[in-house]
Amino acid sequence: MGITRRTALKTMLAGGAAVAGASATTTPAAAAPLEAPADALGLLYDATLCIGCKTCVVKCQEANHLEPDTAGIDARYNAPLSLSAHAKTVIKLYKGDEGESFMKAQCMHCIDPACVSACMIGALTKGPNGIVKYNVDYCVGCRYCEIACPFNVPKFQWSSNTPQIVKCELCRERLADGQEPACTEVCPRHAVIFGKRADLLQEAKRRIAAEPDKYQPRVYGETEAGGTQCLYISHVPFDKLGLPALDDRPAPELARSIQHTVYKGFIAPVVLYGALGMVMLRNRRSAEKPEA
Amino acid sequence: MNAHVAAAPVGGRLMTPSMRLVVGLFGIGALMIAWRLIAGLGATTAMNDGYPFGLWIAFDVVTGTALACGGYAVAILVYIRNKGQYSPLVRPAILTSALGYTLAGMGVALDVGRWWGLWKVPLFFWRWNFNSALLEIALCIMAYVVVLWIEIAPYLLERFKDGANQTMRSLANTAIPILKKTSIWIVALGMLLPTMHQSSLGTLMLLANWRLHELWRTPLVPLFFLMTCVSMGYAVVVFESAFSALGFKRKPETEMLAGLAGVIVPLQVVVVAMRLVDMGVRGVLGDLLVLDTRALMIILELALLLAPAVMLASPSSRRDIGHLVRSAMVMMFAGALYRFDVFLVAFNPGAHWSYFPSVPEILVTVGLIAAEVIAYVFIVRNFPILSGGRTVAPERQAA
Repeated sequence: MGITRRTALKTMLAGGAAVAGASATTTPAAAAPLEAPADALGLLYDATLCIGCKTCVVKCQEANHLEPDTAGIDARYNAPLSLSAHAKTVIKLYKGDEGESFMKAQCMHCIDPACVSACMIGALTKGPNGIVKYNVDYCVGCRYCEIACPFNVPKFQWSSNTPQIVKCELCRERLADGQEPACTEVCPRHAVIFGKRADLLQEAKRRIAAEPDKYQPRVYGETEAGGTQCLYISHVPFDKLGLPALDDRPAPELARSIQHTVYKGFIAPVVLYGALGMVMLRNRRSAEKPEA
Repeated sequence: MNAHVAAAPVGGRLMTPSMRLVVGLFGIGALMIAWRLIAGLGATTAMNDGYPFGLWIAFDVVTGTALACGGYAVAILVYIRNKGQYSPLVRPAILTSALGYTLAGMGVALDVGRWWGLWKVPLFFWRWNFNSALLEIALCIMAYVVVLWIEIAPYLLERFKDGANQTMRSLANTAIPILKKTSIWIVALGMLLPTMHQSSLGTLMLLANWRLHELWRTPLVPLFFLMTCVSMGYAVVVFESAFSALGFKRKPETEMLAGLAGVIVPLQVVVVAMRLVDMGVRGVLGDLLVLDTRALMIILELALLLAPAVMLASPSSRRDIGHLVRSAMVMMFAGALYRFDVFLVAFNPGAHWSYFPSVPEILVTVGLIAAEVIAYVFIVRNFPILSGGRTVAPERQAA
């Protein structure tokens, strides 16, 4: 396969230098790693500690005034199967060749979030402490944030006729009251803890260094998609937990680089507009000349 | 300047038997629209949190506006490349574009969950997020709908120029000269805006990054979208012109359409070549050999893009109106498939998500197309849009 590709590559390289130049921008460039804001807050989830009690799920629903999610196996139970319009966090179970582990899903609060990049008039913005927050007043319900998010986090209230986007906002209202997020407050095993991203990252690395045989050798979210404010450490490989293998470029970089190149200073459109007008003026004059 | 025969209303009855069918389809679509507005998106569509964009975005907006690029494509040919002999195609092309874009706008309004807040997008300029390709598309499409109706206004007003209605007559006689004087800058805007948003429609899904299959994930998607929207635009002009000839029993403009086909063929070949080179450079060309669903879709896309080039290779085949129409249909289908693939096939939100449009979604789309047909037929019967029924206009005498 490698040889076929390489041969094909060579042949094709001869074919189009211009195409090559543009296509090459998809290959990960050595971009400088993103710096999280100094006061960035986040979560650290340690999969080795979680016992899957789902207290966090229930407390989250209560704190965020979410209705019970009965779409699961039996309508009598409030049991969200995945993140939904009724669940901003959810506990999942992995059981397979690589062992067994619980997994807590919620918004990752990316340092450079694709959802914020997607949002037309800023219903989703990066707020104080780097929290990705939602303001329904500027949301038209286009759902482009759902397309953009590499973690499939934002959810839409499909059953409502005045639908909103639902996602974890790190309990920012509770934070304003001096409380911590609902999920970390109630976790009986401190499997999920709340704090400054820098401190959490340090703590995560300390735990891995202390018990290197127990943990996967890195912190998920340190660099993935440019880095996230919610971090994970685990005894099973991260992809088994449903955390996608992403490279270190921020998720919105590919689309944004095109927008920024083509529309830099809005010069190109203005030049094109002028050029189109001038060509037409010239064409009209040359057409009128014989009659004059 | 009056080198070509003036356009004239086709006349005739609006309610023919086939129009009754179209009106019926529109009626069903209207009921479905009402249902969607009352019951909400969850109850009426198959869209979900994995596939939040469905048929209305992939077809009505993304494919629909590309098919409505006839006005754009013909304007480039006539005004920029200065091929005056094609100018009789301008009016019908602009009309189909105006109708297509208007209905795409309606499609968006039905698709967004909070449609009553849409007015904020163009007006809250201090909140505009220029990183968002969607914002640019939204603003461009809104502006372009206005531009298209301004472009078409003089043709519609012509009818009232010497009419009995005093108000309409004075309006027509004031507005037409103004519109004619400013036309160049309006037409230029009518070329700038599609260049911007048709390419940005290609940028749109690149924000999904890793969730977009790497066979399609290239920064050249915007360029490919732009190039294919031009060929789709020409194809629609060929298709529409042939069917107008058939439907209104006029002489088909075969000569002109043959020339148009000659313009598209090289464009299609270039798109295919560039896509292959692009896949080669990115080192994913080998993935086509796997022959899984996605690889087969790409192969089908490329085959459909090339097919019209083969079908229209010889000049004699371009003189055959049936052949022209068949190749135009293949061309439209090729561009549509590419768009569906980028928006639905290449997008992978995870194994447990699936999407296939619901019956109401399909009926709404059909209803919107029916509305477009009704409006088109009404306007060409009553306003001077079509100038067929004769042979090709003589070439404009260039200095």
